Amino acid sequence: MIDDTQGPEEETESLWWLTVAPAAWVAHLLASYATVAVWCAKVTDRDGALGDARWMVAAYTAVALALIGWVAVHGFRRHRFGEGVRPHELDTPGDRHRFLGFATFLLAGVSAVATVYVSLVVVFIGSCQ
Amino acid sequence: MKTAKGDVEPLEEPFSEALQEAQKQRLRAAWKTPTGWRYWSAVNNTEVGVWYTATAFGFFLFGGLLALVMRVQLAVPDNTLLDANTYDQFFTLHGSVMMFLFAVPVFEAFSIMVLPEMLGARDLPFPRLSSYGFWCYLIGGVFVCGSLFFGQAPMGGWFMYPPLTTQYTEGYGVDIWLLGLSFIEVASIAAAVELIVGVLKCRPPGMRINLIPLYSWYILVVAAMILFAFPPLIAGDILLEVERAFDWPFFDPERGGDPLLWQHLFWIFGHPEVYIVFLPSIALVAMIVPTFAKTPMVGYGWVVLAAVGTGFLSFGLWIHHMFTTGLPGVSLALFSAASEAIAIPTGVQLFCFIATLLVGRVKMKVPMLFVLGGFSTFIIGGLTGVMVALVPFDLQAHDSYFVVGHLHSVLIGGTIFPIIGAAYYFFPLIGGKHLSEKLGRLSFWLMFVGFNVTFVPMHLTGLLGMPRRVFTYPEELGLGALNMASTVGAFILGLGVLVFVIDVFRPKKNQPYAKRNPWGAGTLEWLAPMPDEAWGVRSIPEIDSRYPLWDQPNFVRDVDEGRFYLPDAEEGLRETLVTSPVDAQPIQCLRVAGPTWLAMIAAIFTGGLFIFSTFHMYTPALISGALAFVTVVRWLWTGTAVIPEKKEKHVGLGLTLPLYRSGPKSVGWWGMLIMMLGDMTAFLALIFGYFFYWTADTDFVTADTPALDTLWPAVGAAAIVGSWLATYAAKRLNRRTAAGFYGAIAVALGLGALGSWALLRAPGALDPTAHVYPAMVWLLFGWSALHAIVGVIMQLYCLARRIARRMDGEHDIDIVNVTLYWHFVLVTVVITTAVLLGFPRLL
Repeated sequence: MIDDTQGPEEETESLWWLTVAPAAWVAHLLASYATVAVWCAKVTDRDGALGDARWMVAAYTAVALALIGWVAVHGFRRHRFGEGVRPHELDTPGDRHRFLGFATFLLAGVSAVATVYVSLVVVFIGSCQ
Repeated sequence: MKTAKGDVEPLEEPFSEALQEAQKQRLRAAWKTPTGWRYWSAVNNTEVGVWYTATAFGFFLFGGLLALVMRVQLAVPDNTLLDANTYDQFFTLHGSVMMFLFAVPVFEAFSIMVLPEMLGARDLPFPRLSSYGFWCYLIGGVFVCGSLFFGQAPMGGWFMYPPLTTQYTEGYGVDIWLLGLSFIEVASIAAAVELIVGVLKCRPPGMRINLIPLYSWYILVVAAMILFAFPPLIAGDILLEVERAFDWPFFDPERGGDPLLWQHLFWIFGHPEVYIVFLPSIALVAMIVPTFAKTPMVGYGWVVLAAVGTGFLSFGLWIHHMFTTGLPGVSLALFSAASEAIAIPTGVQLFCFIATLLVGRVKMKVPMLFVLGGFSTFIIGGLTGVMVALVPFDLQAHDSYFVVGHLHSVLIGGTIFPIIGAAYYFFPLIGGKHLSEKLGRLSFWLMFVGFNVTFVPMHLTGLLGMPRRVFTYPEELGLGALNMASTVGAFILGLGVLVFVIDVFRPKKNQPYAKRNPWGAGTLEWLAPMPDEAWGVRSIPEIDSRYPLWDQPNFVRDVDEGRFYLPDAEEGLRETLVTSPVDAQPIQCLRVAGPTWLAMIAAIFTGGLFIFSTFHMYTPALISGALAFVTVVRWLWTGTAVIPEKKEKHVGLGLTLPLYRSGPKSVGWWGMLIMMLGDMTAFLALIFGYFFYWTADTDFVTADTPALDTLWPAVGAAAIVGSWLATYAAKRLNRRTAAGFYGAIAVALGLGALGSWALLRAPGALDPTAHVYPAMVWLLFGWSALHAIVGVIMQLYCLARRIARRMDGEHDIDIVNVTLYWHFVLVTVVITTAVLLGFPRLL
């Protein structure tokens, strides 16, 4: 059994983990937006079809969801570290570790939903109009 | 309560009474507020925070009065109280004042005041920066508002769209808006730096990241948002002001410009701005709700999710303000989807609050009334928000009074009600006395009823076809009754605010002090005795819980008797603890600055630079700018990176901490990093502009466009890379030998100067007024050169510091921070040169 008052050292912990999944969402949105904007301005015109741009957005979605999924698994594992249960409010390295994992996991969840929302656009819309 | 092994406990036995008294005397002397006219040289959070908050409320009242006059004008059809021009100035100032001079500053002000108390810190790490920010804000705010009394106020609406504001507006109004508010935005970024470093580095020992008050989570998120949201607006302000002052055609379609770029830059700022305003108020709610429910917040982790998630998602919504600009439908749909997604984290936090209220036994005091009134109002605004986030609906409702109704529901429900509630809640922390429960209830009901009578009819007037920003409307439209209702409601709302103001200002001499921790809260700010002492906290506690006042036994006694850290000020200096970002392990005893006039003087001269520029008086502007520069250098020279008289200091409980730290463990390094992240964001906004012109216009670069000479850009970039390397070498060598440092910094200076000069020559003979392409080339090279020149000045500063022995091999904060700055110069120059030389020609 792992002693709950022990836990990973502070140096191994990073607040940046919290931002990875939402940043993946931002990158996905911006890439999708830039792709369709350039497509509709340079490749075709305002009445043209999205064509391959849809597949490009689908590819971004796959990459973004894979990254978010990986972050989620990572977060969930930290949330389940040792024996502690929520609300992770103890003054121990173990609970700090679990808390950051849990928050990372939740953020990955909302980022995944938001990414799917954005990607649905190219499922329903096929032209630049 | 479970804690980690080896967790620090307070002293078993108290110090003797005599020693405690002596400690208090020394602390009082160190933190003494200056008296007489020197009072205004104070920089401590307890003074600056109060001035800042009071000023923000002053601007709030001014903005509210403007609204009342507008409502009188609109009460009946074909009214002639205000003419169109005056009305335009009123609504523009109303929006600008409420957003830029009230909503954002009030949160910064309040946080500067209360965040150190919440974190058990004596002060935030950069008190002079806060003070500088406050004076900038006051001067800029008075300048912008004062313009109304000369009939020169801006009248382009709070978002200042060109070409209305470039080709169709006479006078100084737009310049006053652009320069006056840019000046204030700088102050906002300064506050953001202060708050981020405060939350990450100035927590009490043991307050791990899973234990920090929810308020500080929100503040961290909001300050980071300011850092990435304001710079695009500053970039846009630069473009618009340069077009107005020097005729560079960024927004002029005749010469390749595009007014839509302004809308992008404005709303990349403007949408996060809505959440920058909303989240701090929700942060206040997150402090008030557990206190009145008498139970810890339910779903702390979920609230953190909501805060961080909203912060990110809010940056992906900006195009929903541009649904009617003719962008491709698919682009609109992407942002519509994102706009719907943000309802998830927003909803999550509201459910957490409601759950907390359900779990606890709620005491219905005035602060709770405002919180619940705010919830219901905000939810209505949120739901109409979901409606206007849908493109087909927005096409109908855009620019109508429906949007006015929606945005006021969000802002008054989500922001004003919680702020007034928080004023009732936190008021005892300022003067030690309560506001009146009776007047509070009266104020609430007047405001709540007044709000609904004002803004619910606006949804209907909007759907019936009344556009925003019209100074009157004809009788035949049949909008008279609804508008009259709105006007009556506005006065009831105003009356509610008046009752609150009376409550604040009524004499309280005979009223007894509130009892300590009057609401029975669990968080550190309520350690304050009534009335409070200027030192912030008697001794800096070791934290074991999210609600230490509820959970840690004998906590108040231990703090009061100095049984924790830093119970004394032996050297008579102002000190606080710096801790690590995740686990809040103490790493430094930081000496913070005391009273000074320098911050105020620097703000006055900075104000001169902006204000003289507004009226194209460039000589006094430059003199004022030079004086601001001299003042800031003096401030840095005398007040920063001071070498302490000894290496370490015993801070109590057997702990000895260094007094000087450089690099990532120091607060100054973090300040520089955060400031430069903001700067980099502004730069990337300009680069975005360059690519935007390329996608939006077919003639951005054509076969006829004069070619850019490769020589000077290449020389400039190469010299800057060299200067960066030499600066880095100077940092490394400084730790070994003085000679090595001098040699490296000399090379860095030479190359830096050469690089700056070459970058200024880089645009060659291109004429920036001819077309937007040469204008962008000039702007980007100019931006790079300016950064390189500032970098050279910093190198000179380090050289002087080393010669003056204010920096040495061991105490190297200056050169370490300057090297960090140079990393950003390097990235700026390399990206500029690569983009301008390589794109789109090499495609």
